[in-house]
Amino acid sequence: MSLRTEEMVLNMGPQHPSTHGVLRLELVLEGEVVHDVKPHIGYLHRCFEKHAEAMTYPQVIPYTDRMDYLASMYNNFGYVEAIEKLMEIEIPERVEYIRVIMGELQRIASHMVALGTYGLDLGAFTPFLYLFRDREKILTLFEETCGARLLYNYMWVGGLSHDIHPDFVRKTKEFVDYFRPTIIELNELLTYNKIFIERTANIGICPAKEAINLGLTGPNLRGSGVKFDLRKNDPYSIYDRFDFEIPVGEGLVGTVGDCWDRYYVRILELEQSLRIIEQAIDQIPDGDVKSAVPRRVKPPKGHVYHRVEAPKGELGYFIISDGTVNPARVKVRAPSFVSLSAIGEIAKGYLIADVVAILGSLDIVLGEIDR
Amino acid sequence: MKSPEEIFEILKAEFQDAVVEIDSELPVEPIIIVDPLAINKIAQFLRVNEDLQFDSLMNLSGVDDANGEKITEEDGTVTIKGGTFSVYYHLHSTTIDHKVVLRVITDKNKPEVESVDPVWKASTWHEREAYDMYGIIFLNHPDLRRILLPDDWDGYPLRKDYENPEYYDGMKVPY
Repeated sequence: MSLRTEEMVLNMGPQHPSTHGVLRLELVLEGEVVHDVKPHIGYLHRCFEKHAEAMTYPQVIPYTDRMDYLASMYNNFGYVEAIEKLMEIEIPERVEYIRVIMGELQRIASHMVALGTYGLDLGAFTPFLYLFRDREKILTLFEETCGARLLYNYMWVGGLSHDIHPDFVRKTKEFVDYFRPTIIELNELLTYNKIFIERTANIGICPAKEAINLGLTGPNLRGSGVKFDLRKNDPYSIYDRFDFEIPVGEGLVGTVGDCWDRYYVRILELEQSLRIIEQAIDQIPDGDVKSAVPRRVKPPKGHVYHRVEAPKGELGYFIISDGTVNPARVKVRAPSFVSLSAIGEIAKGYLIADVVAILGSLDIVLGEIDR
Repeated sequence: MKSPEEIFEILKAEFQDAVVEIDSELPVEPIIIVDPLAINKIAQFLRVNEDLQFDSLMNLSGVDDANGEKITEEDGTVTIKGGTFSVYYHLHSTTIDHKVVLRVITDKNKPEVESVDPVWKASTWHEREAYDMYGIIFLNHPDLRRILLPDDWDGYPLRKDYENPEYYDGMKVPY
């Protein structure tokens, strides 16, 4: 006698603790096995691109803050660099150094949320609390510098909104010294935890070739073993002056490109970011952070695509200028947008409980997916 | 590594009329303009060719070129007639490390572009977004639905002549 089977469609979200925001996943299941995942997005759509066309160039910066709200500094970074490329503005050295330091601090803060909530998704509560406690120190540094804890509007076209305060260098060094040992603590708590490895190793494997074709970038791509980091491969700002490594997934506890690898790449990147901060913090030259800020931002007619290595992957800004003070088109290539589009391919054939692990390992933020 | 001019020569030799011209006047990046109905074949060629190996689609973006003819009616309302949409493709090769920008131009009244989904799976959602925002039809796309807006939304918001709707689902929208 043969049993008749049929596919079942199950909704996950829009309100669900492990969707990291308002996201609905349509799971096509046969028993517990996932046949397909269809994400439904747009719940947070705020017409960023339409708004941008009605704003002047500097007015768009606060909107970029609100895309990936866990890495606002980096969204500013990519946007202002794109405009500067279009207008061919020379940036003072001091500004470049401060931007890199802020960018790397932001990367650490973003990875902390990614790692903490990932543990939370899989049932480990303690690392989440520890990481949020430490992330608070970075947010305090930002707050002391520009007054905002999450949405900074800190980087301006040609400069910065505020100079760093006199205590910034000392406090940043203190943070670096404080944070380094907590990475070891985190490894003991979560990374090499038997239960955590059982949940993540050999789950959601994405081979290198497929990862490139699916458009995965950042830690997700490097987790698949591709040594590709825009800071090294397509250097922008002053990243070519620093000595750091690109960690890639090696399949230490499972297969290359599984969830654990994507997670572990982020852990290793914490250390690399600390290294960059350590090198940059002692070299900040003197200068005026507003000396190159143009009075009127009016780029020449033309278009530019500029991409930076945001904490979640390749953040690209495609900007078309028609020679007026308003952009004719701003298109954002958000890293999470492309990462989430790949989930159907990655999750195929795994169990329904693994979908949570796979989704968490991709580290998405719905703010930049829906824009 | 190949410059955009060299890539243009290679494409021109392979596809003749389907590759229209190279526009290097604009600042920052030169663009190769190609035929919207041949883009899938050109994309496939760009990906598999030994000397090019464009394995990564960085970005795909729909654009309203805002070049239609403006007609002012007697009562002062302005309507735009004609004009074109463009789709920009930003490609990168992770193995050879060179980049190129492609552009297709399609008529606003019948915006049809071949999908590059079979070549780069990264394009699936980008194309859905361009469809959602501009109404550009991607031929042979596996799943061309709205993505950010609700399924029952009227019109295509990023078109330059889009007007904010007064009603949504019969409800008045306050502004």
